[in-house]
Amino acid sequence: MSKNFLGDTSVLLGRSLRHITRSPDTIITTTIMPIAFMLLFVYVFGGAIDTGSDSYVTYLLPGILLITIASSISYTAFRLFLDMQSGIVERFQSMPIARSSVLWAHVLTSLVASLASVVVVVLVALLMGFRSGAGVLAWLAVAGILVLFTLALTWLAVIAGLSAKTVDGASAFSYPIIFLPFVSSAFVLTATMPGPVRAFAENQPVTPIVDAIRDLYTQQPVSTDIWVALAWCLGILVVAYALAMATYHRTIA
Amino acid sequence: MTTQTRPAIRVQGLEKSYGELRVLRGVDLDVQRGSIVALLGSNGAGKTTVVKILCTTLRSDAGTAVVDGFDVATQPARVRESISLTGQFAAVDEILTGRENLVLMARMRHLPGPRRIADDLLARFRLTDAADRRVATYSGGLRRRLDIAMSLIGNPPVIFLDEPTTGLDPHARIEVWNSVKELAGRGTTVLLTTQYLDEAEQLADRIAILHDGRIIANGTLAELKRLLPPATVEYVEKQPTLEDVFLAIVGPGGDAGTTVAPTPTAEQR
Repeated sequence: MSKNFLGDTSVLLGRSLRHITRSPDTIITTTIMPIAFMLLFVYVFGGAIDTGSDSYVTYLLPGILLITIASSISYTAFRLFLDMQSGIVERFQSMPIARSSVLWAHVLTSLVASLASVVVVVLVALLMGFRSGAGVLAWLAVAGILVLFTLALTWLAVIAGLSAKTVDGASAFSYPIIFLPFVSSAFVLTATMPGPVRAFAENQPVTPIVDAIRDLYTQQPVSTDIWVALAWCLGILVVAYALAMATYHRTIA
Repeated sequence: MTTQTRPAIRVQGLEKSYGELRVLRGVDLDVQRGSIVALLGSNGAGKTTVVKILCTTLRSDAGTAVVDGFDVATQPARVRESISLTGQFAAVDEILTGRENLVLMARMRHLPGPRRIADDLLARFRLTDAADRRVATYSGGLRRRLDIAMSLIGNPPVIFLDEPTTGLDPHARIEVWNSVKELAGRGTTVLLTTQYLDEAEQLADRIAILHDGRIIANGTLAELKRLLPPATVEYVEKQPTLEDVFLAIVGPGGDAGTTVAPTPTAEQR
């Protein structure tokens, strides 16, 4: 790792953060779909869904937050794809910089943009009646899980952004991730699902992540869910990071 | 140091294939310090591939390339200190302003006083008026000028210009030519690729023609002309070209201003 890594990353981070602050609409459009789902599920389907919890908005918020992050990282892939297309990445690569700083700047920008979207969605949830008595530590743990989840998905987005051939391809990879929470414990109890669906729902990453976050902010004892959740996030993170770096080095020679 | 005698760029036996397609089949090319060399070739001849290898953004399959005394394969970081690339499509950040683009480049080259460097280049490339507008609003010529200005940050001794005037109008093209001439006047080595014969003729000290993956001719314009059968003298009435007419009517600056008649040249063939 080059001695310039931190300096170059922060210069490039400043650049892409400016892209976000100059088009804040990307933060807004990221939050529209999750907010729409939240309204739909709480005020339309919610009355017919029995989750055993007092407040449905409190029950479904973790799933909505994961959808928010998944829709936010499709912009990460989009921004990286545009940089690759425009030749600016190639220009950076011909300069005396730490080469991986180009990716890290995008990754950190993705983290900032995703967390900004998450904050917007949480504010809307508060308006809709979401309440939590959880303490600082529990919220820090929730934030930690969300950060880890964002990083894991962001490195997936980097692979998509680097290898996509079209703009649509760059963002399409996020669709399955956006819909993964629907086949999990995010909106309904998995016990109500037929066998094979239930087996999938209970063994895919969203369920333990959603359950862990929900337990944390509803002040329930956190089961082993949190370790399964962390294992999923770290596992995806490591594999996606390795693949993204390999793709990057193949792309830029 | 033997910098005066050592060529700025030395390419020997360079080969590159994309799958089955053998783009470069043994390219040999020397570029002397402070000279402008035009790499001339049709679309798909491999000009950009040569530039990418020299800029360390693409690896060759065989052969060696040395830029400013550093091997692109074994010392790419040193090569990057010595070069700058103006790619085929003006690689500027559209969301940033012109000034911000220049400051960004200065910071990435780890230079002190990035704002002052930006101000100097904005003035030198007559970009001061557009400096604080987003690049997305720039015309093609303005954008290319900014692009070249960005390449000069840090005064790299070797500059690569990949098709610098493709897609530009005649005014913008002349402006780019003037910028390139000014560069060479300051001692910078320039390797430019082009598919326009007049561009090579206007700018280059030496012209190398890339065809079928090899340099098939390399020399000054006069030397290349000698490759042809001796000229026969034939008097042809000098008709203004459409470009002469366009420039005479519109004026040299693009905007309303003095109208200048095209310089009459007695053309002999």
